[in-house]
Amino acid sequence: MDFSLSKQQNLFLQMIREFAEKEVKPLAAEVDESERFPIETVEKMAKLGIMGIPFPTEYGGAGGDNQLYTMAVEELSRVCATTGVIVSAHTSLCCAPIMENGTPEQKAKYLPKLCSGEWIGAFGLTEPNAGTDASAQQTMAVKEGDHYVLNGNKIFITNAAHAHVYIIMAMTDKSKGTRGISAFIVERDFPGFSIGKKEKKMGIRGSATCELIMENCIVPAENLLGQEGKGFSIAMKTLDGGRIGIASQALGIAQGAMDETVKYVKERKQFGKAIGQFQNTQFQLADLQTRIEAARLLVRKAAYKKDMKLPYSADAAMAKLFAAETAMDMTTKAVQFHGGYGYTREYPVERMMRDAKITEIYEGTSEVQRMVIASNLLK
Amino acid sequence: MKIVVCIKQVPDTTEIKLDPVTGTLIRDGVPSIMNPDDKGGLEFALRLKDQYGAHVTVITMGPPQAEAILREAFAMGVDRAILLSDRKFAGADTLATSNTIAGALRALEYDVIITGRQAIDGDTAQVGPQIAEHLDLPQVTYVEDLKYDGQKTFTVKRTTEEGYQIVEVDAPCVFTALASGVKPRYMSVRGIVEAYDKDIEVWGFNNITVDEKKIGLSGSPTRVFKSFTKGAKAAGQIYEVDPAEAADIIVNKLKEKFII
Repeated sequence: MDFSLSKQQNLFLQMIREFAEKEVKPLAAEVDESERFPIETVEKMAKLGIMGIPFPTEYGGAGGDNQLYTMAVEELSRVCATTGVIVSAHTSLCCAPIMENGTPEQKAKYLPKLCSGEWIGAFGLTEPNAGTDASAQQTMAVKEGDHYVLNGNKIFITNAAHAHVYIIMAMTDKSKGTRGISAFIVERDFPGFSIGKKEKKMGIRGSATCELIMENCIVPAENLLGQEGKGFSIAMKTLDGGRIGIASQALGIAQGAMDETVKYVKERKQFGKAIGQFQNTQFQLADLQTRIEAARLLVRKAAYKKDMKLPYSADAAMAKLFAAETAMDMTTKAVQFHGGYGYTREYPVERMMRDAKITEIYEGTSEVQRMVIASNLLK
Repeated sequence: MKIVVCIKQVPDTTEIKLDPVTGTLIRDGVPSIMNPDDKGGLEFALRLKDQYGAHVTVITMGPPQAEAILREAFAMGVDRAILLSDRKFAGADTLATSNTIAGALRALEYDVIITGRQAIDGDTAQVGPQIAEHLDLPQVTYVEDLKYDGQKTFTVKRTTEEGYQIVEVDAPCVFTALASGVKPRYMSVRGIVEAYDKDIEVWGFNNITVDEKKIGLSGSPTRVFKSFTKGAKAAGQIYEVDPAEAADIIVNKLKEKFII
C-alpha cells in the first residue's frame, strides 16, 4: 500500500495550487458578494483542460483520472467553493454520465465540446416534489415519432444559467415507477426549454443555481441517454460519482478554513500571547486536522476505486458524509477562532461556513449517505 | 524556427527562512522551482511556437533531480528536453557552466537561444551573455518584450533600471529574458498527464563539443575567498502616500529612533 503521491500528481498539484491561488482566490469574495458566475475563471480552466480532467483525449479530455479530478476540486474549493462545484457538477453530473452511458454518436457530439470547456454541463433530477425521494419524478417525456416531448420543472440546478447541455430525468412510463424514468441529453436551445428563477442562496453564491422549465420541450429521440427506463439507475450511478466531487469540495473548504485559521491563531494575540499558544486552540485544531486528513484518505480511496472500476458507491457515500460534516465543523470552529472578526466579511471564514453547509445537503443529504452506507452494510 | 531555451532549477528563495540563532539560510525542505526569469524566457519561446510553429527545446545543466523542471517544461508545451548531467560538469562557476551549455548548443540546431536574465540563487546574470560570446552570436539582454516579423528580425524591448531601449536584431541571436515581461502559462492538465511519458535526453561530456579543460572545476577561474552572512534586517514598512506626508513620516521615524 502506497500513500505517496506520484510525480505526476505532484506536478498537477503544483499547477492547480498556483492556479487556485493566483486566478481563483482573488475573485472569491467578490463572486460570493455579487452572486456572480465566474465565467472568466471557467474560460481559463477550459484552456488548461480542467473541465475535462478524467476523460480520454479522444473525446477532448485531458486523459487524466479521478484522482487528479478530486485534487482539482479540492484545491479550487480550498479558495473558492463556487468554482469547485462548477467543475464538479460539470464533470461528474454531465460529462461522466455521457461518457459512461452515451452511444458513440452522443459521445462524439457532446464530449469534445464539454471536455474542452467550450460548453458547460448541468444535471436535472430534483423537482419541487422530488428531492431526497427522487423516484417521485413528475417531469414527463412522451415519445412522438422521432422525438420526445418533455414537460415539467427541475429545481436547484447548479450551473443552470450558464450551461449548454443538461442531463434531464423524466418519466417515460409512470406505471413502472423508478423503472419508468429515462435520461435525456437536453441542449439549452431545444424548443420549449428555458431557465427559470435564480435561487438566492446562503453559500456557493456564484454557482448560478436556477430552475429549469420544460414546456413541450422537443428532444430528438437520439438524445435518449441509455435505454428507456434506465434513467433512475443512471441518475443514481451518476450521483455516486458526483459524491466524490462534492466530498472533494467539502474537503477543500475544510482545508481552506484550516489554512486561514492556522494563519490567524499565529498572529492574533490575546492575554499577551498568540491564541495558537493556548492548549484549547491546539487540541481543537489537532482534532480537526485529523478529521481533514481522514476525509482526504476517504476521498482518495473512493476516487481510486472508481478509477479501478471497482464498486465504490458506499466509499463515495462515506467520503461525502465525512468530508461534509468535517467541513461544517471546521468552518464553524474557524469562525469561532476568529471571534468577532470571523463573523464579518473581512475574513474568508464567514463565507466558508456558509459554503460548507450545502455539502451536507446536495447530491444526497448526509441522511441519504447514511442510508447508502447502511444498506450496503446490511444487504 | 528552432528555439533553445536554457533553464535552471533553483531553490525557491521566497520560501527560504533564516535561522534566527545563526542567521544562516535554512535550505532544508525548500522547494526547487524553475528559475523565474528562465520561465519568462520559456514563455517567449512558447508564444513563438503558438504563433509561428517554432520547435522549442529546453536544456538544463544539473543533477538528475533537475529533471523536474524539464517535466514541467514538457507540461507547458515544449517539444524536446535535454539534461546535461556528468560528473565532469560538476563544480562549475558561470564561465565553466556557459562553456558546457555552449558545447551542447554546438550540437543542436537553433535560430534563437533564450536564457533567463539571472538565476535567483546566484544572481550573476553572466551565463546568458557568456553563451552568446562563446558562440559568437549577437545578444540582447534584459528582454521584456519581443516581436518577430515572421522572417528573421526581432524587435525587442530591453528594460534596465535607467529606462528601456527598442532594438532590432536578426536571428541567429541570444536573448536573456526578464520574468517581469510575461506571465508564463500554466502547465496544461493533458501536458502534465503526458509529461512523464516523454523522453528526456541525458547528455554527458561525450555528447557535447567543448574543450574538457574549460568545464567543471578545472574550467572555473572563480575562487571564493570568504563568505559571510549579511546581518538580517527587519522587514520595512511601505507607505503609499503623497510626498509631503511621506516626508513627515520619515522625519517622525528618524526622531523616534533619535537619529535626528
